[in-house]
Amino acid sequence: MTAQADVGRQARQHARWHWSEVAFWILALSCAFLFPSRYLIMTDIVRLALFALSLDLILGYAGIVSLGHAAFFGVGAYSAGLLALHGIVTEPVMALVVAGLVATAVGFLTSFLVIRGADLTRLMVTLGIALLLEALAERFSNVTGGTDGLQGIEMQPILGLFAFDMFGKVGFFYCLAVLFLLFLLARRIVHSPFGLSLRAIRNNPLRAAAIGIPVNRRLIAIYTLAACYAGIAGALFTQTTALASLDVFSFERSADLMLVLVIGGTGYLYGGLIGAVVFRMLQEVFSTITPQYWQFWIGLVLVVIVLVGRARMHRWALWAPNLIIRQLGGRKAIVAVPESDAP
Amino acid sequence: MTTLFTILFDGVAYGMLLFVLACGLAVTLGLMNFVNLAHGAFAMAGGYVCAVLVNRSGWPFFASLPLAFVASAGIGAVLERALYRHLYNRSHLDQVLFSVGLVFMSVAAVDYIMGSSRIFIKLPAALEGQVDFFGIGIGRYRLMIIVICGLLTAALQLVLARTRFGSRLRAAVDDPRAAIGLGINVPQVFAFTFAFGCGLAGLGGALSAEILGLDPYFPLKFMIYFLIVVTVGGSSSITGPFLASLLLGIGDVAGKYYVPKLGPFVIYTIMIVILIWRPNGLFGRTAAR
Repeated sequence: MTAQADVGRQARQHARWHWSEVAFWILALSCAFLFPSRYLIMTDIVRLALFALSLDLILGYAGIVSLGHAAFFGVGAYSAGLLALHGIVTEPVMALVVAGLVATAVGFLTSFLVIRGADLTRLMVTLGIALLLEALAERFSNVTGGTDGLQGIEMQPILGLFAFDMFGKVGFFYCLAVLFLLFLLARRIVHSPFGLSLRAIRNNPLRAAAIGIPVNRRLIAIYTLAACYAGIAGALFTQTTALASLDVFSFERSADLMLVLVIGGTGYLYGGLIGAVVFRMLQEVFSTITPQYWQFWIGLVLVVIVLVGRARMHRWALWAPNLIIRQLGGRKAIVAVPESDAP
Repeated sequence: MTTLFTILFDGVAYGMLLFVLACGLAVTLGLMNFVNLAHGAFAMAGGYVCAVLVNRSGWPFFASLPLAFVASAGIGAVLERALYRHLYNRSHLDQVLFSVGLVFMSVAAVDYIMGSSRIFIKLPAALEGQVDFFGIGIGRYRLMIIVICGLLTAALQLVLARTRFGSRLRAAVDDPRAAIGLGINVPQVFAFTFAFGCGLAGLGGALSAEILGLDPYFPLKFMIYFLIVVTVGGSSSITGPFLASLLLGIGDVAGKYYVPKLGPFVIYTIMIVILIWRPNGLFGRTAAR
């Protein structure tokens, strides 16, 4: 067997749907029926999951560390809000697409700034872009509503059929559907040859360039795609909460997002989804203990995670599931988090 | 003409202050290559120590300043020995996560202990008001800042260039392995430098309470300014960050005066442009490792 065929077979094998993935999505859907009184927080989790998925695309697959991913979230949020407010595109799905496209455009333009320079410069430039957009949104308060945010957004029924209700049921299914579709797309992309080349770049950009991968073009492509995903997440935020304020650009949002992804693990797509669930649960627990100072505990979690080491923490978390699988199936451990974004 | 001088003067004072606040970060970020986003937390600690001493215990302002330095340096030294040193060789992502965690913790902790409103430090009467200098009104407080920060800068430059410790630090930064081979205790040098940088930040925090405002969100609000000073200034010497802080200070004050509507927009744009144009900073060179 040639090496090429071998790689292809491996990749295809990896890309096949695993039964645990099917179980994951069935579980996600069944949550809607298990906790009918918790639609609002579940919607929040789904939005956050989509946002984290978008960061995973660039951080976990391409190795771009971004401190300002909220920039695209904010662009999407404000686009969706403005579209609905001025009645330009009233149908939510179309508005979602348009907002995604706006974020894509911004992502494409800024990607040229981001691919230059090493880690540190990237951190600064991404952070700078988010702050810049926040300052812009504050400056053009006649368009964005300034510190008050966009108010009085009224959402039309989705596809003209399903009106948003008070309890957030429609909103939840809408977000979940969007997340699932975008997840399928992301899954297809990261398992394609394009996705494999991204991983090569993350592991060693120099070597990737040497075997003929156009490094910069690939990075621009994935960064733009991630911006699109983040924009859609932002648009979902506006559509389901009927609100868009300056804090969509805030640094805390970007930092929280990193925590979400770090809790879940990078580079296997489900990290963001699992992380979003765990993060919101943690936040709930902490804010019931100390309503005002939950940030302290979130910070502590971050510090502990880093000091323990992300890889080690995920091994601990997966110890119990793997033990069960070993006992039941008599196989070797099959659940593992590929943790290789550290150099 | 007078306004121009006043702006220039205020800008220089602001820039000097930024330099004292950020020069510790120039060492950790630029020289030790550690992304410490929590640097502002040490400045905040110094500011609050000074505020508590002056407002509650009735200490004189000038006696509290050294204590702000000592307190921040102490916290810095403890944290460096306990936590930071384990992370020197980790990825930038880990360092960012860690220091962001510290920032969140410090913000919530200070909010819990001291309350969330802005705090003012009672100034001695000698520092209030203005002195008239050839028809230009000069704030006494700002004048004091310029004097203190100017002296500090000169002393730092002297220490780095002339003393034994300075040459050890420069050696440790240039090539840690060779420095260890020569018998320099590199971890100790780094720990001392880190603590000293934190102490300077604490002093800066105490001085800046009057000008920048001191509240629990200080580390988040001014994080970007410190980072700008270091990344724009580069890290090859102390002069780079110094010039960068002066530029930033004058630019910010002038920007707020002449084009108040644009807000911080100008600063961020300039930073991005400079970073794109020269990723290692205006006066920089590549970091040693």
